Amino acid sequence: MDLSSINPLVLIAALMVASTPILLAAIGELVVEKSGVLNLGVEGMMITGAICGFAVAVESGSPALGFLGAALGGAVLSLLFGVLTQYLLSNQVATGLALTLFGLGLSALMGQGYIGIKPPATGDVNFGPLADLPVLGIVLFSHDLMVYVSLALVAAVWAFLKYSRAGLILRAVGESHEAAHALGYKVVRVRLAAIAFGGACAGLGGAYLSLIRVPQWTEGMTAGAGWIALAIVVFASWKPWRVLLGAYLFGGVTVLQLNLQAAGLAVPVEYLSMSPYIITILVLVIMSSNRGRAALTAPAALGRSFHASS
Amino acid sequence: MIRLEKRPNPSRAVGMMTPVLAVLLTMVAGGILFAALGKNPFVAIKTIFYDPILGEFAFYYRGQLLVKGGPLILIAIGLSLGFRAGIWNIGAEGQYIIGAICGAGVGLAFYPADFWFIFPLMVMAGAAGGFLWAMIPAILKTRFNTNEILVSLLLVYVAEQLLASMSLGLLRNPDGAGFPGSRNLRQYEAAANNELIAGTGMHWGVAAAFVAVILAYILLNRHMLGFQIRLTGESPRAARFGGVKPNLLVVFCLGTSGALAGLAGLFEVAGPAGQISIDFNVGYGFTAIIVAFLGRLHPAGILLAGLLMALTYIGGEAAQATLGLPAAAIQAFQGMLLFFLLAVDVLTNYRIRWAKLETA
Repeated sequence: MDLSSINPLVLIAALMVASTPILLAAIGELVVEKSGVLNLGVEGMMITGAICGFAVAVESGSPALGFLGAALGGAVLSLLFGVLTQYLLSNQVATGLALTLFGLGLSALMGQGYIGIKPPATGDVNFGPLADLPVLGIVLFSHDLMVYVSLALVAAVWAFLKYSRAGLILRAVGESHEAAHALGYKVVRVRLAAIAFGGACAGLGGAYLSLIRVPQWTEGMTAGAGWIALAIVVFASWKPWRVLLGAYLFGGVTVLQLNLQAAGLAVPVEYLSMSPYIITILVLVIMSSNRGRAALTAPAALGRSFHASS
Repeated sequence: MIRLEKRPNPSRAVGMMTPVLAVLLTMVAGGILFAALGKNPFVAIKTIFYDPILGEFAFYYRGQLLVKGGPLILIAIGLSLGFRAGIWNIGAEGQYIIGAICGAGVGLAFYPADFWFIFPLMVMAGAAGGFLWAMIPAILKTRFNTNEILVSLLLVYVAEQLLASMSLGLLRNPDGAGFPGSRNLRQYEAAANNELIAGTGMHWGVAAAFVAVILAYILLNRHMLGFQIRLTGESPRAARFGGVKPNLLVVFCLGTSGALAGLAGLFEVAGPAGQISIDFNVGYGFTAIIVAFLGRLHPAGILLAGLLMALTYIGGEAAQATLGLPAAAIQAFQGMLLFFLLAVDVLTNYRIRWAKLETA
């Protein structure tokens, strides 16, 4: 095995690409959970976004339209969950699972004619001379637009939740829907908006997989990325910047194990491939073992249905 | 303006009716889906739901009903115990794989010896494998308060990698000319889970599923532990005052569902599937979640729901062969069923009222 073939700078650049799908899905789910809704259907929305984005990009020849279609597809699917949990008051855990199972089936059905096709290429953003900077060039200025969009989205969500009035209302709904309702806020509408935003983000994450990271369509290609995004929200204690940290940490593990596979480490490929999942579990354990803190940071109304009695 | 009004008590009659209503709604929506795919919806629905039972070639399909229904029922019974108490094991697929690997491993270790105890030993190993795999989320939950939903699900992907590793490495057939996959257990008499009555599809796994249905019914209706499970689900606060130990319930529910999923895996690998291979698991562990809800988490309901879901698998294959309906259409169809089920479930707890819009 030859570890010297692994260039740390390239590794960091690859890490940012590998993390982006999960980062997009996780930042969306963070907003959903902040509004007090637990949507376990991230995996289903991601894979639906992956095929919607892929199909639109292939048919139109434009990756940008593809991403738009993916966001729309994810949002529409998430609103199915929204109507069920918010108007028909169904159990959020069960409905989220249903969304995942349905999304996997629907995407496989939609993707029938798209197997083995190459999507139109998405170019990297041209930063001109900045890209030639010695270390920063390759790490910061050599990516496609979506990497920067995902970073901007994290900053936007952070600012929205911390500084805007709408963000305050969203958090109030998530902490105590009874109190928010009594103050005259439309609990159900706020939550539906949050769910749709989460769905759109998950769709973007899925499309990033099928249009840039892989880039191809295969059935079940998200391979648990949606579930890892859910785990990262817990890891992040519902804080936007920590979502970034968690996603990049996970991306780092993924890229590192791929590099180790390529370098011919004397461990069977299967064991390296399962490492990202095992490390996610370990991180979850460490974060949740501190009982007091985990209970304090989770939105108080997370997962509870709201039915206005008056 | 439609308003929902909470019922003082959940309606039992409506509760019995909702699965039927959901199935009917899914047939309508599925018909629209099939029509959108360019198939005649009436022919498609008939091919899926009618032909396998009463059609011309039903003699072939009827046996398959038990073969597919057995593992679904076995897994769903285990899951339903936890779901009732709000303990979400959604990693049954992983426990199913590990049960199959452990059971097949024990059987293959004895190859080519011929003792009567090999198959019973395999059954025990399969259950133990599933049980231990489910103990990972259970102990992490009780000891570190880690979310069992995420852990059990993530372990499915770990189990799938283990399965690939086993079929390419440790359990690979040494006489298989280098092809991935283990020896075929059906050709190894002492380890085979053959049909008990020829042509019916009845094998030990189906028998185990029926036993599990009966035991689950007794547990839930006649046993203290079953009462505690139901109490925890309906009122966690009351359960705590009533002296229910939540950790014990977590370990019991996850352990039981894991052991049953492991059993299902073992019976499948020694019977219908025959060997450990990379694509051994076909999603029974996930479909069983739909079965559990469709059966309203009641053992008798799960029995019927499991058979119905098996019918969609078989009918789906038939429709694939005769109508060219894509396999994914059935997967989407099954997902839709769960959606409709959850949607109409609102009628159990709420009444629909037509009210005039008024200012509060």
